[in-house]
Amino acid sequence: MNALNLLRIAWRALLRNKLRAFLTMLGIIIGVASVITMVAIGEGSKASIRSQLSGMGSNMINIRPSSNQAVGGGARIGASGLQTLKIEDVNAIRDHAHFVTAVSPAVQANGQVINGPLNWPTTIQGVHPEFLSIRDWQLQSGVVFTDNDVKISAKVCLIGQTVKSNIFSPGEDPVGKIIRFNKIPLKVIGVLSQKGENTFGQDQDDIILAPFTTVQKRILAITYVQTIYASAVDENSSDTATSEISTILRKDHKLKPTDDDDFTVRTQAELISTISSTSQLLTVLLAAIAGISLVVGGIGIMNIMYVSVKERTKEIGLRMSVGARGIDILLQFLVEAILISLTGGVIGVAFGITASSLVSYFLSWPTLVSQSSIVLSFMVCAITGVFFGYYPARNASRLDPIEALRYE
Amino acid sequence: MGNKILDIKNLKRVFKMGSEIVHALKGISFIVEEGEFVTIMGSSGSGKTTLLNIIGCLDKPTDGDYLLDGVNVKLLSRNELAGLRNNKIGFVFQSYNLLARTSALENVELPLMYNSKISSKVREEKAKQALHAVRLDDRIDHLPSQLSGGQQQRLAIARALVNEPVMILADEATGNLDTKTSYEIMSLLQELNQQQKKTIVFVTHEPDIASFSSRTITLKDGKVIKDTKNENVRSAKEELAALPVSDYNS
Ligand SMILES: Nc1ncnc2c1ncn2[C@@H]1O[C@H](COP(=O)(O)OP(=O)(O)OP(=O)(O)O)[C@@H](O)[C@H]1O
Ligand SMILES: [Mg+2]
Repeated sequence: MNALNLLRIAWRALLRNKLRAFLTMLGIIIGVASVITMVAIGEGSKASIRSQLSGMGSNMINIRPSSNQAVGGGARIGASGLQTLKIEDVNAIRDHAHFVTAVSPAVQANGQVINGPLNWPTTIQGVHPEFLSIRDWQLQSGVVFTDNDVKISAKVCLIGQTVKSNIFSPGEDPVGKIIRFNKIPLKVIGVLSQKGENTFGQDQDDIILAPFTTVQKRILAITYVQTIYASAVDENSSDTATSEISTILRKDHKLKPTDDDDFTVRTQAELISTISSTSQLLTVLLAAIAGISLVVGGIGIMNIMYVSVKERTKEIGLRMSVGARGIDILLQFLVEAILISLTGGVIGVAFGITASSLVSYFLSWPTLVSQSSIVLSFMVCAITGVFFGYYPARNASRLDPIEALRYE
Repeated sequence: MGNKILDIKNLKRVFKMGSEIVHALKGISFIVEEGEFVTIMGSSGSGKTTLLNIIGCLDKPTDGDYLLDGVNVKLLSRNELAGLRNNKIGFVFQSYNLLARTSALENVELPLMYNSKISSKVREEKAKQALHAVRLDDRIDHLPSQLSGGQQQRLAIARALVNEPVMILADEATGNLDTKTSYEIMSLLQELNQQQKKTIVFVTHEPDIASFSSRTITLKDGKVIKDTKNENVRSAKEELAALPVSDYNS
C-alpha cells in the first residue's frame, strides 16, 4: 500500500465521522493554540525587556560599594551606608583602564524642586558630563555642563521631561530659568530627551542632572562616591573591562589577596542575561503548562483510535483476507492518528497566531510568534499522533483475519 | 495428471466456546489437482465454510496438515499468508463482506491495493474488467448498500477475480442469484477453469450447480462421506442459451 493510498483511506475515514474527528482534534487544537500563544507571550516579553535593556546602553558598567566584612551570623551591611568608593577611584579607572571609554562618579539626593509657585518631589543626580554618553541619554535643548562646571561646583542643571512638565507651564522654555532644589538655586541649561519607563517601571524622565561636585558638596555634603558608571569599549569587552576595573580598585583600596572585594562591578550584559533567563524560565513554564494540554489531546486521539479499531474490526478482517499484512493495517490506523493530530496542529497554529495578535491588540502585551514554536508544535503533534496512535494501530494489526471477519 | 495444488491430510478443526467444544471438522483428507473444478456439498453446519476458510489460508486447522502447492501452510508466517491470499487466492465469502460506504470500483480494487507491483492506472483497468465480467459495468460508483443482494454477490465475485488468482474459493457464491445469473457466473467460472486452468473450489447446496463441476465432495458432520468424479459435466454456456427467454429478466 503506497503512501497516497494510505492517506486517502485515512482521510476518508475521518470524513466519515466528521464531528467525531473534529472533537478529537479539539484537544490538539487547544493544546497547540495555547502552546503557540503562551510561547508568543513569553517571547514577546523577553524581546521587549531585551530591547529596553540594550536601550539603556549595553556597554554600561556599574560599580557600587559593598561590604567585605561578614557581620554577626554572616549578614552583611547594606550597600547604602558604605563609603568605600572615592573620587580617586574614578580617576584611577580613567587613567589606567584600557577597555573603558568613559567613566563618571554619581551621587544622588531626593528632594523638592521649586519653580515659583510650582513644586515637585524628584531626584537629583550629580555626575560628570560623560555620564550622558555612558547612559546614552540625549539632550532635547540647551547644552550639557562642562568639566569646568564640575570643578567649580557650578549651580547649573539639566532637567528631565517629567520634571519639566511639572514645574514649567506648557510652551515655556526652561533653559536659562533658575529653579531651586532643596533651597539651592540651580540654573537650567538643558532639557533631556524623553526616555520613558525603564524595565522596572521607573520613570527615567523624573530626574535632574547636575555637576557631580554640586550635588556631592552643596546638597549632600559628603566626601564619598555612591556609584561609578563606566562604559566598556564595546559589548564584547565588558568582561575584560570588569576585571580590569576590579584589579585597579583592589590595588587602590589596598586589599590583600585574601580579602573580598569591597565593591561590586556589574555589567549591563550581565543584567540582560539575568533578566532574560528569568523570562526564559517564564516561557518554558508557560510552554510546559500548554504542553500538558497537548498530552491530554493525545490521550483523546488514543481513545478514539481504540474505538475506531473496535468499530472497524470487520473491515480489518476483510482487508487482511484480501492480502493486507499486519504492517498495512498498522500504517492505516497510524496514518489516521497522525492525520488527526496534524490537521489539529494546523488549525491550532492558526488559532494560536490569531490569539497572539488578539492578546497584543486587546491587552497590549507584547507577543512574538516564534517560528521555532510552530515547528516544535508540528513535531510534537506528529509525535503525539505516532505515540498515541501506535498502540491501537498495533492492536488492529495483530487481529486474526477470520475472527475479525466474524466480529459483529 | 497435474500437480497437487491442495493436499489435505486428516484436517481437524475444533471450536472452543467456553466449556462447550464443537468439532467442526473431524479428520478430512483429500487431494485437489491443479485445474480441477470441485464443488463441496453438504447440509448446513456440516463444516463447509470452516473447511474453505482453512483452504483460503484465513483460518488454521487444530490438527492435521494442509499443503498448498507443496508448501505446508502451518509453517508460513502471517505476512507470507497475507501474500498468498493476495496473489494466489480469490475468495468469495458466503456473507459477501464488502466494504460499506465504499464504491463498487474501490471494493474491487481492494486486493490490488495491497499489491505494490500494480500501479493505480492498471488497478483501475483491472477492476473495471472484473466488474465487466460480472456485468456490473453500470454500477461502478454505487455503494454496496445501493446494490441488490445478487449484485452484491457479483461484486464479491469480481473482487475475487481481480487479482487473477490461481485458485478461486467460493462459498455459496450463487446462493442469492436467480437461475440466469447463477448460470452466467457458472459459465464465467467454467471459462476461467477451462481456458486459464484455474483451480476452483465451490461450496454449494444445489445439486444443479454442482453438476457444472468436475468433482463433488460431500461433507456430513465434519467428515467426507462422498467424493465423486462427475463424468457428465454440463456446460453453463449451453444451459444459459437453452433457458427460456423471460420478460422479467433481460
Ligand atoms: N467460530 C465458531 N465458533 C464456534 N463454532 C463454530 C464457529 N464456526 C463454525 N462453528 C460451528 O462449526 C460447524 C460448521 O460450521 P460451518 O460454518 O462450517 O457450516 P457450513 O457447512 O458452512 O454451514 P452453512 O451451509 O449453513 O453455511 C457448525 O456447527 C458451527 O456451529
Ligand atoms: Mg457456510
